[in-house]
Amino acid sequence: MPDRAVHDPAGQIRITPEAIAKVARLARLDMTPDELARMAAQLDGMLEHFADIDALDLSAVVPMTQAFPLVNVLRADVVQPCLDRDEVLAAAPDAEDGRFRVPPIMGSDE
Amino acid sequence: MSTAAAIAASVRDGSRKALDILEQHLAAIAAREPEIHAFNLVLADEARAAAEQIDQRVAAGKDPGPLAGVTVALKDNMCTRGIPTTCSSRILEGWRPPYDATVVSTLRDAGAIIVGKTNLDEFAMGSSTENSAFGPTRNPHDITRVPGGSSGGSAAAVAAGFSQISFGSDTGGSIRQPAALCGVVGVKPTYGYVSRYGLIAFASSLDQIGPFTNSVEDAALMLDVIGGHDPLDSTSIPQTHPSLRDAITQDVAGLRIGRITDLPEGADPDVVERLEVAFDTLRAAGAKIVDVQVPAFTFGLTAYYLIAPAEASSNLARYDGVRYGLRVEAADTNAMYGATRAAGFGDEVKRRIMLGTYALSAGYYDAYYGKALKVRRLISDDFERAYQSADVLLTPTSPSVAFQFGAKGDNPLAMYLCDTYTIPSNLSGQPGMSVPFGTGAHGLPVGVQVLAGTLQEPTMFRVAATLERGLIGSAQ
Repeated sequence: MPDRAVHDPAGQIRITPEAIAKVARLARLDMTPDELARMAAQLDGMLEHFADIDALDLSAVVPMTQAFPLVNVLRADVVQPCLDRDEVLAAAPDAEDGRFRVPPIMGSDE
Repeated sequence: MSTAAAIAASVRDGSRKALDILEQHLAAIAAREPEIHAFNLVLADEARAAAEQIDQRVAAGKDPGPLAGVTVALKDNMCTRGIPTTCSSRILEGWRPPYDATVVSTLRDAGAIIVGKTNLDEFAMGSSTENSAFGPTRNPHDITRVPGGSSGGSAAAVAAGFSQISFGSDTGGSIRQPAALCGVVGVKPTYGYVSRYGLIAFASSLDQIGPFTNSVEDAALMLDVIGGHDPLDSTSIPQTHPSLRDAITQDVAGLRIGRITDLPEGADPDVVERLEVAFDTLRAAGAKIVDVQVPAFTFGLTAYYLIAPAEASSNLARYDGVRYGLRVEAADTNAMYGATRAAGFGDEVKRRIMLGTYALSAGYYDAYYGKALKVRRLISDDFERAYQSADVLLTPTSPSVAFQFGAKGDNPLAMYLCDTYTIPSNLSGQPGMSVPFGTGAHGLPVGVQVLAGTLQEPTMFRVAATLERGLIGSAQ
């Protein structure tokens, strides 16, 4: 990981090792300290490139979330055939009594 | 080389057998697939059974469909019921979807023969197919070089004659760039033109399915078959589309072809030279070349690499070891999620999930994701303005011809720059296609990209067909 602190235009630190570790936790991705350091360096490089949009005045621009706006696309409220339960469960890593089976939800972590 | 329409016509009138046509492709696969690796899975037995059924229908006097006997290959991110669908990821290895993508059932109903599932960059994230968990695909024109990506397997399959047609998905150029590098036609239609139902999501507001073909006419036929509204995809445009096969019979006299004067630099001289020949070809065919500006084009890369990873980080949250795919056992669910995802995803996918999660996280949302959405608007507005003075825009598809394996090294940004010219039209949701237009450095294929406004596919195809005819004319 590069030593230099990366600052955004407001002068705040852009990426810290702590921030990267937190993002990995949020994304549910286990990473070794080496992987975290490599990831921090790579994201750092990208965010530096992405700073090219910082010079744009976007104050009056409306965000665009979809290319072909369609609003409230609903189907008729009629019962339709759905996926076969046994076929769906057959693809699961673990299933029991017609349901997905998972390890304990309350564990040692968090 | 036969067109898909000619093949279907000969099968329909009984002069050729679907099975014989299929066997030619299977022979090509047997000969070259070991060195190309276009496929994750070849469906020889299933394809033979389907071809025999088509031949029986013809013999019985029943309609075998408009694509009777036309062989197709599908990018392995399109769900096929009961047939493994992997996205070239360990996390989905062995998974058999419980349903077909709409495109898959439409093609089958039309009489097409599915020959296999093609390789891709894991979850369609990449521009070289080097990110596949099952090994890279090689470019049929030079096996020391990449086929492009992410739909590299689909592009290579058509270029090598493994199938008449293939289908890919294009989120930032993943159809057009490999089409250019493999010397075939590749189309990304308007967002919503083709159903995404059953296409495994990468970035839902950008993903679009399209064909790889040997000719513009084949591409038109394919979109005529798979285009249109699908109630199963809420983003599918609720209207029917005019026939593109009809559109390509028109010439380009009087059309305005836009040259983007502020296009980002970085294209190699051999690519730029072919683009100039393309302008000359269209001018000679009666079109008018006009200068336009698309100032925000240059910010496409940044907007895309914030928006697409953000959407991906959300879409890929579903791979948690609960409902399908890989699970790494652990003491509790949280530990199981983290271990499963660490073992199942490759480096590039992890990088995009991290980038997207970061761009969406509290305190950074406005600075990154929110800002990128505004830049997306600027790009869309700039295109709208350009399309008031030009009917189509012409650019390079890829900045270079096919590059060698490992050429982009460990620098993710260097790979991302491959998509400079293709990304902006994904952000605006507008159509674009790559047309093979001669060769550049090392005798490798060069593609020219035709871009058009929302639902202006008919005009885009007219221009593409004229370029194709011009190229054939100049070769004679």
